[in-house]
Amino acid sequence: MTEKKHLLSILVENEPGVLSRIAGLFSGRGYNIESLCVAETADPLVSRITMVTIGDSFILEQIKKQLNKLINVIKVSDLTGLDYVGRELVLIKINAKTENRAEILRVIDIFRGQVVDVGQDHYTISITGDTEKISAILNLLKPFGIRELARTGSIALFRENKSK
Amino acid sequence: MNKLTGAQILMQMLKEEGVDTIFGYPGGVVLDIYDELARTDLRHILVRHEQGAVHAADGYARATGKVGVCLVTSGPGATNTVTGIATAYMDSIPIIVFTGQVPTKLIGNDAFQEVDIVGITRPCTKHNYLVKDVKNLAKTIKEAFHIARSGRPGPVLIDLPKDVSISKTNFKVPDDVELRSYNPTYVPNKKQLEKVVALIKKAKKPVIFTGGGVILSKAHKELAELAKKTKIPVTGTLMGLGGFPGTDPLWLGMLGMHGTYRANMSVSECDLMLAVGVRFDDRVTGKTDEFATDAKIVQIDIDPTSIQKNIQVAIPVVGDCKITLEMLNQLINKENTDDYEQKHKKWLDKIKNWKHTTPLAYNQKNVIKPQYVIEKLYELSKGEAIITTEVGQNQMWASQYYHFNQPGRFISSGGLGTMGFGLPAAVGAQAGMPDKLVVDIAGDGSIQMNIQEMATAVQYNLPVKIIILNNGFLGMVRQWQELFYDRCYSSTKFVHTPDFVKLAEAYGAVGLRATKPKEVESVLKKGISSPGPVIMDFVVEPEECVYPMVPAGAPISKMLLV
Ligand SMILES: Cc1ncc(C[n+]2csc(CCOP(=O)(O)OP(=O)(O)O)c2C)c(N)n1
Repeated sequence: MTEKKHLLSILVENEPGVLSRIAGLFSGRGYNIESLCVAETADPLVSRITMVTIGDSFILEQIKKQLNKLINVIKVSDLTGLDYVGRELVLIKINAKTENRAEILRVIDIFRGQVVDVGQDHYTISITGDTEKISAILNLLKPFGIRELARTGSIALFRENKSK
Repeated sequence: MNKLTGAQILMQMLKEEGVDTIFGYPGGVVLDIYDELARTDLRHILVRHEQGAVHAADGYARATGKVGVCLVTSGPGATNTVTGIATAYMDSIPIIVFTGQVPTKLIGNDAFQEVDIVGITRPCTKHNYLVKDVKNLAKTIKEAFHIARSGRPGPVLIDLPKDVSISKTNFKVPDDVELRSYNPTYVPNKKQLEKVVALIKKAKKPVIFTGGGVILSKAHKELAELAKKTKIPVTGTLMGLGGFPGTDPLWLGMLGMHGTYRANMSVSECDLMLAVGVRFDDRVTGKTDEFATDAKIVQIDIDPTSIQKNIQVAIPVVGDCKITLEMLNQLINKENTDDYEQKHKKWLDKIKNWKHTTPLAYNQKNVIKPQYVIEKLYELSKGEAIITTEVGQNQMWASQYYHFNQPGRFISSGGLGTMGFGLPAAVGAQAGMPDKLVVDIAGDGSIQMNIQEMATAVQYNLPVKIIILNNGFLGMVRQWQELFYDRCYSSTKFVHTPDFVKLAEAYGAVGLRATKPKEVESVLKKGISSPGPVIMDFVVEPEECVYPMVPAGAPISKMLLV
């Protein structure tokens, strides 16, 4: 069976210990977490965890069932293959020598990024987008020398049916 | 409304949940709870080690079908419960463990006897709680009992900081529990069951395979009805023993590593397997690629994670075993006109022949054979005893040579395989079933792991009978060394063992010993008829092996036989 990335959206009770139950489940059963994003929803009693995990369909079925089995988990949705909007925020600290600055700014502009901090010889750039966009810009910026990188991991929401 | 302290609320809620017995051990942070306990009519059984408290609560739960409860202090008291909790978790036994905790102000400070027991037990409880505010206490206890006993049951731990047991709040019994994130599926999908009925009608070589789920959901009557009506033979896991009458002609014996020849062969050849309340543990399946390869497998379980975990199944059915079998029986009653007796005759004859050619067997010699002791015990107790076991050969021989006709009669650590389980579990079972004969079948190794609970048995006059199959070895490990490690008995021979007769006497119990086959019956008779706790030391063949045996990783049809 082939392994595939899956994007899970998990609603949980906003209580202490919930994240460690989920992290413990993944480490205890040898599942992978590629990225993880947690924050409160509009209902302060509920948090949404957006997670990217990897596994074959057999493992994914177990992951979803095991998550559902946790008492504090309200709902697990696998957005993979469905129509969803996904975004990630990335902060990139990059070498910005005088001769490169114009080129870097052009790239950022194309991707609708922003320079949020400037130093003698560096820029810090903020950019949001889906996974493909992020990897595209990272590829373009790599030659300039990326010093540090912080990514939030994906967050996502299912697209509602528009014609209603 | 009157204000109660946390400790008082705890007592009220235990009463509310129908608890009459708790197993425990006091300490600093639970002093207020123990002080309150002394003012109630709850029976508290003071064990001699917190591990014993949890196993006792577990044995009590398995014997009575009620939720077992224990209470211990923080720190070492709490960590001592972990093996017991993991044991109950693996076997899905409903227990509640109350642990004391340092005052909320001190949590995280490495205070005296502080340990993060909620963190430690997260992976081995069904759920756990740290109660930080006395206002949430009653609701938490209510939820805990609900979670422990519903769905797939399991242990729940509640950590109670000292200040929570002292502070006061208005008390009212909480309403029924509603958890939006926890709703086990009891009633299965009827369409799935219709498919199952069609498969049953088509099958030529069907087998029913039962596990602990049948016992936990009390589905034994429905199971017997199904098997008898459709003339389908039944095998089971260790946890399933007693779920189907062990003396019924349709019973195949246990399946798996030490299963009977006919059970393992039937499963290897069957064309339909109805798996009810089992999780396909590796000790049962052997090599999964060669497990029941010709069979369409139907799996009925209340826990969706058990389905399709180790074995691919054709028809998954999520539901309570009892309700599901009840519905299945109704469907079969409605449309069935087949003569199953005739249809399955060839298959049942084949199985009968396996039983005839390759029965469970051992060679009798002029030393006591452990199997013989259990056969005699079965005879003398008329199959009516509650049997607990330790772990190892003793456990396997108990499962092979004692026959269980009812659920709740065989109490053994199946999933975790915890040595030291049997004696405290027997103490708990006896506390719940005072009129029953309760026997712990033990090895000379395991019995020493919680031997201190003899004092508990004597103090509360819980007349448990302990049968030690004393082979001078850690027998099951020795067996593996004999068969797979060229008899290199590395650290499995006990060079020194206590005199168990004197040990029994030192505890204030009766000690008996048999060294020859002809003494077995009289020692058993004397032991069973003694009014109090008894240790019976049977000096048995030192190098006896449990057969059949499927080597680890082999298919279950490839058994080593006597
Ligand atoms: C707590 C614990 N430690 C170690 C083991 C590994 N183990 C499984 S069976 C066994 C030997 C048990 O010896 P004994 O109690 O004398 O029983 P016998 O097999 O001789 O009947 C051991 C050490 C275990 N199951 N549990």
